[in-house]
Amino acid sequence: MMAKYTLPVGPQHPALKEPESFWFKVEGEVIVDVDIRLGYNHRGIEKACESRNYIQCLYLIERICGICSHSHTTAFAQCVEEIAGLEIPARAKYIRVIVGELERLHSHLLWLGVAGHEIGFDTLFMYSWRDREAVLDLLELITGNRVNYAINTIGGVRRDIDGPKREQILSQLDLLADRAKFYADLVTTDSTCLARLENVAKFSAEQARAFGTVGPTARASGIDLDVRRDDPYAAYGEMPFKVIISDRGDLLGRAIVRLEEIGESIKILKYALQNLPDGPLTVKAPRKVPAGEAVSRYEAPRGEDIHYVRADGSDHPERVKVRAPTMANIYAIGESMKGSYVADIPIIIASIDPCFSCTDRMIKIVRQESGEARTMTWEELRQYGIRWYQQ
Amino acid sequence: MLKQLIKKSRISSPWLVHFNSGACNACDIEVVDTLTPRFDLERFGVLLKATPRHADILVCSGPVTRQTRDRLIRIYQQMPEPRFVVAVGSCACTGGVFHGCYSVHGGVDAVIPVDAYIPGCPVRPDAIIDGVVKLLGKIRGDTEACPLQSNSKAI
Repeated sequence: MMAKYTLPVGPQHPALKEPESFWFKVEGEVIVDVDIRLGYNHRGIEKACESRNYIQCLYLIERICGICSHSHTTAFAQCVEEIAGLEIPARAKYIRVIVGELERLHSHLLWLGVAGHEIGFDTLFMYSWRDREAVLDLLELITGNRVNYAINTIGGVRRDIDGPKREQILSQLDLLADRAKFYADLVTTDSTCLARLENVAKFSAEQARAFGTVGPTARASGIDLDVRRDDPYAAYGEMPFKVIISDRGDLLGRAIVRLEEIGESIKILKYALQNLPDGPLTVKAPRKVPAGEAVSRYEAPRGEDIHYVRADGSDHPERVKVRAPTMANIYAIGESMKGSYVADIPIIIASIDPCFSCTDRMIKIVRQESGEARTMTWEELRQYGIRWYQQ
Repeated sequence: MLKQLIKKSRISSPWLVHFNSGACNACDIEVVDTLTPRFDLERFGVLLKATPRHADILVCSGPVTRQTRDRLIRIYQQMPEPRFVVAVGSCACTGGVFHGCYSVHGGVDAVIPVDAYIPGCPVRPDAIIDGVVKLLGKIRGDTEACPLQSNSKAI
């Protein structure tokens, strides 16, 4: 029998940008078990919220994650608005949808680039990140910042989208739609992508349901789940879009779902911009929020984001709880990885589009009989994966 | 003579290693963004390396959390001398919005000495390029080009 090794990965590695540690038990090249260690990014945000007022909380919540910052602030603002009994103006709802969908565009393009980098296809990485700059320019145009937009406030949004801005965004969207179609064709036909993505880390619908996966990870396993349609928030009830589902269950399925979602997001953006209702941007929010509690759900680019807020009648929340989408998807990595090769580790982890600053990476290999340990950095592992497939 | 040559090579092609000590991802993505076509930091000879043993400059983003503190010190010690540290983002400079959180030590300078601070939440890629170029000026010994002061606090 082949000896079992433990292969530790993380927490420092330059490809994925966040610290997290995985311990893989391997038999030869095949992974038999995974142990995930979270918490390197734990900053204590939930506790810190309890000592800040609601507006200060909003800025802190925005910094849970730099990629899906709008998701977190919207989910939090929705909770507070529900407790305070505020109905936000229609224009504010539309602007939240517009910024939310632009965020999805930038997040999916970012994911495509990272996935391309992990499989050794760096040209794809450079191309998709170049196109992502166009989305960031639009976000900067609307909100004044490239990342961490700070557009939400309790009771509405802080900035308006006027006529000229609307025209500029609409003209850029056509370009992005072309690029999205190009990437969707490329990923499904290019031999490098197919060799690395097809039939790797299969995850059936039953498994996906049992592990409670959300977002594109679940939809790629054939689970019809999208908070935007199932429990519409903001103005999603009025938006024309279809939920993209693939029953492939493998890495290629996850890529297809994300790339086709870019097209749907562009449709939503066009509709929202063309039908932007007139009216005020905010309703007046009380400084002290009456006692009560609320839960809100938001379809972040990575899946369902859940926020819970309990208010005690003062100007700061009594308890804030955040369940980020990666938390729901992370255990699926462990299961879907069993039986895969060591060379596939980077792309499998990247396939759920992990965000550990939301949830809270490095590899170490221990020869169990002799206790000998070898630590691999993410980059070494990535190179190893590329070389292994070249043989 | 050899020293001069090494110094010249270091300035014309500094190698970076990037570590996230607990940031929200925004600064990390902007650091990677500076390497992509629009900003293209590689035109200054800058390469992002995988291991601290190959790096001249440690680019650190985020406040230092309790779990990453020891890792950060280990990474710093693994770097060959002379080594330089750039704190990217308001959190890395002072702890920023997370200042006072129970599992945060504060800025990067609370743990290791920092040579350049780049503030911003998140830092724009333009600012990162400016910061790195100023640090290169400082390494060259060109004090006027770089008004930054080294924090001499030891570990």
